Amino acid sequence: MTKEKRQKIIFLVFALAILITPFFLQGSYFLNVLVFVGINTMLAVALNLLLGYAGQISLGHAAFFGLGAYISGILTTRFSFDPWLVIILAAVCAAALAFVIGFPILKLKGNYLAMATLGFGIIMYIVFNETVGWTGGPSGLSGIPNLHIGSWIFDNDLYNYYLIWIITIIVMLLSINLSQSRIGRALRAIHDSEVAARVMGVNAHVLKVQIFTVSALISAVAGSLYAHTMSFISPVSFGFNFSVELVTMVVVGGLGSIYGSFLGAAILTVLPEFLRVFHDLDIVIYGLMLILMTMFMPGGLISGIQAMAENAYAKLKGKTSSNA
Amino acid sequence: MNSSRQLFQYILSGLSNGAIYALIGFGFAIIHNATGIINFAQGEFVMLGGMLTLFFLTILKLPLVPSIVLAILVSTIVGISFERLAIRPLKNAKPLSLIIITIGASIFIRGAAMLIWGKDTHALPAFSGNDPIHIAGATILPQHLWIFAVTILIIIASRIFFNYSIVGKAMRACAYNSQAASLVGIDVKIMVLLSFVISSAIGSMAGIIIAPLTMTSYDVGIMLGLKGFCAVIIGGMSSGLGIVLGGLLLGLLEALGAGFISASYKDAIAFIILLLILFVRPEGLFKKKETERV
Repeated sequence: MTKEKRQKIIFLVFALAILITPFFLQGSYFLNVLVFVGINTMLAVALNLLLGYAGQISLGHAAFFGLGAYISGILTTRFSFDPWLVIILAAVCAAALAFVIGFPILKLKGNYLAMATLGFGIIMYIVFNETVGWTGGPSGLSGIPNLHIGSWIFDNDLYNYYLIWIITIIVMLLSINLSQSRIGRALRAIHDSEVAARVMGVNAHVLKVQIFTVSALISAVAGSLYAHTMSFISPVSFGFNFSVELVTMVVVGGLGSIYGSFLGAAILTVLPEFLRVFHDLDIVIYGLMLILMTMFMPGGLISGIQAMAENAYAKLKGKTSSNA
Repeated sequence: MNSSRQLFQYILSGLSNGAIYALIGFGFAIIHNATGIINFAQGEFVMLGGMLTLFFLTILKLPLVPSIVLAILVSTIVGISFERLAIRPLKNAKPLSLIIITIGASIFIRGAAMLIWGKDTHALPAFSGNDPIHIAGATILPQHLWIFAVTILIIIASRIFFNYSIVGKAMRACAYNSQAASLVGIDVKIMVLLSFVISSAIGSMAGIIIAPLTMTSYDVGIMLGLKGFCAVIIGGMSSGLGIVLGGLLLGLLEALGAGFISASYKDAIAFIILLLILFVRPEGLFKKKETERV
């Protein structure tokens, strides 16, 4: 079986598993959790394009998520715009902002890039908090309508599940395709050595800005969907802690691995729901996860487990062959 | 209150905050010069300084001076353990991994502080009372004087240390070229450890002297840390005087912006300055441009 064929089958199995999951679940509570897994997967995949593929860190990605959510929330509640139209509008606005700030920001490297994106994230967070007339400030914005197609309203967890996951699966498919395209290879070249990539004729700066823009666009779509499914948003969801949580998802799942982003998002969304201790300890655990994963499993869970399994298999094989 | 007096008041509080930013910036620069790492956990040492002093003072009922000494000691131990457990094992790590690790350490320390001391905001009592001193029609608190005095002392002490002591010179040698330094018999590992010791001690000292003015809680580290970094960016990594000027400039701009433009956007002002300088002159305002080494 060729590699491409195998990848297609893996993707189909994954998509099918996602689509039939609701039939095996009872009660809307689990579905509700899975809706958040979907939104977080979208965000982790978006960040992974930048962090995992191109090797450029962003500590302010929650800002684009928040921007999408607030544009959707404000335009639909205060100006009764059509929600679907606003999702597109929000995505375009976030992408435009990312494109404009991307040019100067992505000239920076490493530490400076991290600090600049962090600063950008905090500025946006302050704006969400202080423009009370628009955003409702710290007490939040409520009454955001559910999405609907004709008279069909996405107002229960099952509908929302399919809405979110179909979009998430499309985002994942596009991201996987991107990684195997010329652009994906160029991004990986930048990740390994930007100088070498430039010598090979890759316009590194423009490409980084482009992937930053795409990443912001996906994050904003996730934000709009979040606003419409939750009906309520407040700045706390879009602060520095969430930006770090997103980085944690990507690192836990594995830099550059799309399924890894799903796994990271799933673990970091599901664990706090089922472990009460997690609620008080969450940032301590995220901190530990970031440190331990980077030190001992820099490739993330999926490739880490794969390597461990192969290791164990090789050992087992070595033993049996020496016995024989 | 007439406006010139008000202006003086803004300048005063700006300068005292700026002194703190400069101290925090020093911590960043010392570690960066020794290792090339930007320690995202730097702000947490500042938080630890304030919170630990409060802990020894109010819960263990120790007098002020032993509380301060113990707080600096414990923060330094945290700094040492961080270097030994998370930084030293990672030889030749990629910059991205180091960023992620120091961020991990930062939120870990903050989370642990939240678990131990809760989410409340506390005030540390001022070192020598709250009776304002009147100078030229404006008032100045004794704590402001403490801040200026301690900052000047630390700056002079570190200048003497890095320029005249053998250990200080060895640390500077590591900053220029660690390989060459190790060839002439300098133990680079010890120098790296020492840089963490010095910068966590200075950071916690900064946290201790500012706490009586601005209150302290488990989450003050991130903002103070970022502003300290901002001071370094304005002043340039390798210039001690530049960092001091950068800190003071940032403090002044912030105080004037908060006073005359909008108090609620006070924190945003620092970050807009940070972004502008990163965009225009990432090597600092007071430094000559260097060519990039690949």
